[in-house]
Amino acid sequence: MKLDCPLCGARDIREFHYQGAASLADRPDPDAPEAQQVFLDYVYMRDNPAGENRELWFHAHGCGAWLVATRNVTTHEFLSVRLAAAREAAP
Amino acid sequence: MRYSGFQVFLNGLTGNRGWAPVWRDPAPKDHYDVIIIGGGGHGLATAYYLAREHGITNVAVLEKGTIGGGNVGRNTTVVRANYMLDGNVEFYSHSLKLWQNLSAELNYNVMLSRRGCILLAHSDGQLEALARRGNMNLMQGDGAELWDAATLRRHIPYLNFDDPRFPLKGGLMQWEAGTARHDAVAWGYARAADRLGVDLIQNCEVTGFRIERGRVTGVDTTRGHIGAGKVGMAVAGRSSQVAAMAGLRLPIESHVLQAFVTEGLKPVIDTVISFGMGHFYISQSDKGGLVFGGDIDGYNSYAQRGNLPIVEHVAEAGMALMPMIGRARMLRSWGGIMDMTMDGSPIIDRTPVEGLFFNGGWCYGGFKAVPGGGHVFAHLIATGNPHPVATKFRLDRFARGAVIDEEATGATPNLH
Repeated sequence: MKLDCPLCGARDIREFHYQGAASLADRPDPDAPEAQQVFLDYVYMRDNPAGENRELWFHAHGCGAWLVATRNVTTHEFLSVRLAAAREAAP
Repeated sequence: MRYSGFQVFLNGLTGNRGWAPVWRDPAPKDHYDVIIIGGGGHGLATAYYLAREHGITNVAVLEKGTIGGGNVGRNTTVVRANYMLDGNVEFYSHSLKLWQNLSAELNYNVMLSRRGCILLAHSDGQLEALARRGNMNLMQGDGAELWDAATLRRHIPYLNFDDPRFPLKGGLMQWEAGTARHDAVAWGYARAADRLGVDLIQNCEVTGFRIERGRVTGVDTTRGHIGAGKVGMAVAGRSSQVAAMAGLRLPIESHVLQAFVTEGLKPVIDTVISFGMGHFYISQSDKGGLVFGGDIDGYNSYAQRGNLPIVEHVAEAGMALMPMIGRARMLRSWGGIMDMTMDGSPIIDRTPVEGLFFNGGWCYGGFKAVPGGGHVFAHLIATGNPHPVATKFRLDRFARGAVIDEEATGATPNLH
């Protein structure tokens, strides 16, 4: 498996650390009235699809960037990858 | 036919023509009292105990593939009860007791071999932590024996005691632990359940639930609609998909765990050795192959195959612990899909849908739990209430903050 880091290029998967579902990057508002239920879903519940999964990868042994990748979890094929920091800029 | 030494002898004399298929291959009926989804270890054991302990014999086990073709045939066959936390200790103790007489009860040799299981310690602090764990096991009534380095060296002399990173300071031995033949467990439960009247329906994939006014009334399958009074899910590895058909979202991620076996060797490893710090554990099968494994690959997967970095890592850990295995040739490696829960402990509970029950989230510990898991799940389905040894495996424990986190890593399944 190789992951194509937008900053470093295609690198061996051993350089990266898996950080879970991409939804974990969107921390809910702790002051919202329904925050307890929202945080339960945010921390513990997972969609866990058997197909395309949006997930966070950390380039731990590389540039240190956090990445948002879409990967087919039945084939391990990466379909797209971008910097997590580019999230706000994306349409 | 009841199996016995006499039957083997008789059939040996008569050309082995007397053996019949071990279970029937029935067409699904229109309606069952209970449907169990998943013909793996837990599903088959549940059906068996429903019939045997609760007298509920109008039961079907629906299996999308073939009996024993999933994780019950993909694990590394270790049976043990050396957990530490409330909730887990009483359950695994219960399961280990059921293993004791399983072969006789099922009239099927599951080849349980109580060869012990040793957890290794590499520092004084770690040894004290194991002493604490051992005390928990003793209080529960399970075996635990704390070994210092000299005792460890006497029993298992071939370990690398002076490794600079992980020197061996001792370990915690549980003599009651061991291995069993995984396929025989599936086949034994399947045969025993079939003999009690349970229908084992293979190549029958569930494609949806029928839910009316909050109550489950049946399932849609690739072999048509089947009505049911109650439905139990035992589909670890695919729990999220099956539960989603009933509108449930689970605290589970699916990960791939790899296992390995070498060519057959003469007897060399007479126990189960667990090298937790190196993510490596090993035992020797009765056929002679060294059976070993390590950690999950670390990212969500449904591929039933892993990648080479973990193969390399496991091999390195094995070489660090016992350099002698370096000359053994690896024969095969394979992967199985694990339900990894957010605290590393299983879930056996009712669901918000009336009449629908859930058994899953076994992480990589489902095999040792097959008798116990089936037994308590059958109790839950039959009575509607959790069995006394499985009161803490609740679906809502995450909301209540009552997690059972043996590894103390929090909601990070890839670190359990």
